[in-house]
Amino acid sequence: MSTLAPGQTHTLSVLVENRPGVLARVSALFSRRGFNIESLAVGPTEHKEISRITLVVNVEDHPLEQVTKQLNKLVNVLKIVELEPASCVRRELILVKVRADATERQHVLATLEPFGARVVDVAVDSLVIEATGETAKLEALLRVLEPFGIKELVQSGLLAVGRGSRSITDRSLRAVERAA
Amino acid sequence: MTEQGSHRTTTMLTGAQALIRALEELGVDTVFGIPGGAILPAYDPMLDSKKVHHILVRHEQGAGHAATGYAQATGKVGVCIATSGPGATNLVTPIADAYMDSVPMVAITGQVASGLIGTDGFQEADICGITMPITKHNFLITRAEDIPRAVAEAFHIAATGRPGPVLVDIAKDALQASAPFHWPVELNLPGYRPVSKPHGKQIREAARLITQSKRPVLYVGGGVLKARATDELLQLAELTGAPVVTTLMARGAFPDSHKQHLGMPGMHGSVAAVTALQKSDLIVALGARFDDRVTGKLSSFAPDAKIVHADIDPAEISKNRAADVPIVGDCREVLTELAVAVRAENAAGRKADYSVWWEALDDWRTRYPLGYETVAGELAPQYVIERIGKLSGPDAIYTTGVGQHQMWAAQFISYEKPNTFLNSGGAGTMGYGVPAAMGAKAGRPDTTVWCIDGDGCFQMTNQELATCALNNIPIKIAVINNGALGMVRQWQTLFYNQRYSNTNLHSRRIPDFVKLAEAYGCVGLRCESPDQVDSVIEKAMAINDAPVVIDFVVHEDAMVWPMVPAGLSNDEILAARDQRPDFDESE
Repeated sequence: MSTLAPGQTHTLSVLVENRPGVLARVSALFSRRGFNIESLAVGPTEHKEISRITLVVNVEDHPLEQVTKQLNKLVNVLKIVELEPASCVRRELILVKVRADATERQHVLATLEPFGARVVDVAVDSLVIEATGETAKLEALLRVLEPFGIKELVQSGLLAVGRGSRSITDRSLRAVERAA
Repeated sequence: MTEQGSHRTTTMLTGAQALIRALEELGVDTVFGIPGGAILPAYDPMLDSKKVHHILVRHEQGAGHAATGYAQATGKVGVCIATSGPGATNLVTPIADAYMDSVPMVAITGQVASGLIGTDGFQEADICGITMPITKHNFLITRAEDIPRAVAEAFHIAATGRPGPVLVDIAKDALQASAPFHWPVELNLPGYRPVSKPHGKQIREAARLITQSKRPVLYVGGGVLKARATDELLQLAELTGAPVVTTLMARGAFPDSHKQHLGMPGMHGSVAAVTALQKSDLIVALGARFDDRVTGKLSSFAPDAKIVHADIDPAEISKNRAADVPIVGDCREVLTELAVAVRAENAAGRKADYSVWWEALDDWRTRYPLGYETVAGELAPQYVIERIGKLSGPDAIYTTGVGQHQMWAAQFISYEKPNTFLNSGGAGTMGYGVPAAMGAKAGRPDTTVWCIDGDGCFQMTNQELATCALNNIPIKIAVINNGALGMVRQWQTLFYNQRYSNTNLHSRRIPDFVKLAEAYGCVGLRCESPDQVDSVIEKAMAINDAPVVIDFVVHEDAMVWPMVPAGLSNDEILAARDQRPDFDESE
């Protein structure tokens, strides 16, 4: 879970050709150039030829420019957009397995509601809780759950999309279609 | 792929045949390689090709550097071929070398059959994974029908934008399978869009700075050679009257005999070139990348200089030193447009006056010319190299290994023409010299090609003497034999209290380079005293039907000067040992 100074983290949406090995190229570039990835999420987009990698990097502005320039040199990278926190929606997903026997269960359930979290699996002595939200909200939820005993935590990379009707994938798709 | 016009050909070919046909269609005349199991299918149609001439080398590293030498000497894409596993990994060093020096090269490797990939099959190596950080791009091809397009794309990527090596790894079953062959192919590279045309506003801003500056320097890098922009450089230099420095990768981009040329900057650059950059108020970087060997301690490099940085690779701009005027573009277009913009400035009455600057520059180069000491009875390595340059002239091509001899070859040979000095600048690959000379000579058979090598470097790749002897590639190799890893020894002399740990190669005794040359079917000569130098060089130059190796037994304590010790500011340059230049009167 990131606990970083907000001024230094940057969210990059990287549109790439949907081909084998592209993720390896991106992550290899980061390690080779000495850049740090805080969070990484990759998945398909509305266009089957394009995948989207959402990267959170923790760098000063100057290396951020280097990161984007070096990423742009990768032949399979189509487009890079930095998403400003104020103008995008950012979400992470966590699945957390919490110790909760019959006596504790009600207390655990009571903590979930303000976070919009829900239970997705129940066992005799534990619950699996699913929650989505911005980093800060999920951090707060985990702090509340901590006293019950967290047995297992799984967390996704951060996803982000710009607010409003504009899409960053349109123009890239046209390039891909032209070439195909 | 979209359908094309009537010239489009379609026939059924095996992947191997398609590979050779694609190379033929792309105009490839020479490839360097060694066959092996996984690449074997490709070697069968190679036997029948009338256009692609394959040169069988003795080690894949030789194939890689030969491809680089070929590319640097001809400006065309160099091609090397190897089999899977160790064949491919032997290409790693020359690929890394070509990447650092932005050399257009395509490496073709065989891969185990697609069904075996990932199973640790015999001679399997993940060469795409291995070369990912040292190639501009690479391809793993597992289907015959993908071969022509991958090869075409590889050549396009290697040769355009900032050039670089591209690897095409082809599974054995893809070479064996058949597929319809279409040519030409349409490239499918939506994410690859190199910018060559510079931004007009930035050009005008650069021209304004050039005419306003009092102490400018044109800092010329290898990008000017790659862009074939040497005529344009000469024009801009003469138009502005600004001094020029050429980096190790740009030697020959501007005539050494030109009065505006101050020589090479950097760790072993001339006092005038290093100091000019250091005290400049404007650096116009052209296809150069502010490498640490040029800047010395970066934080104290050229503290008063504004920076105009033109490069075709946007990532180079402001990577090491922040640019005040960034220009992304091909150096030829940049230089052409800069000249137009400077003329416009001049026409508007704004003309630079660098006369005070030139007084200082002339003073530095008069007081601290390049030179070397001679010891009575000993052969000075610099003298040998200087004489080779003088006797062979500016039309010859010179390759080097890496180390002292490389620096002396950069300093003491006069380069007047582009692409006449080939060396391993970024990677510093010992062993580059002999195979690079072989590649250069294969590409330009009518040109005299000298390899100025060290005794250490020569022993890393001299197996290619056999290739040269058997394929009528009569290169000339001057082994500057000081019996040691000279540059490392120099550092031990200067920084490790003369404790010579593992730098003595004893190569004045073993091997006998003359016998070695003869064993390889080459002519072997030896020179041990200054008065023999010219006659031995002339003898070598008279031999054009066999490679020649000259063992120049030189003084072992000779050092490369000037020198900026690593990690120090360029202000700390030593013109010679314990000799700090005195710049006080110019402050």
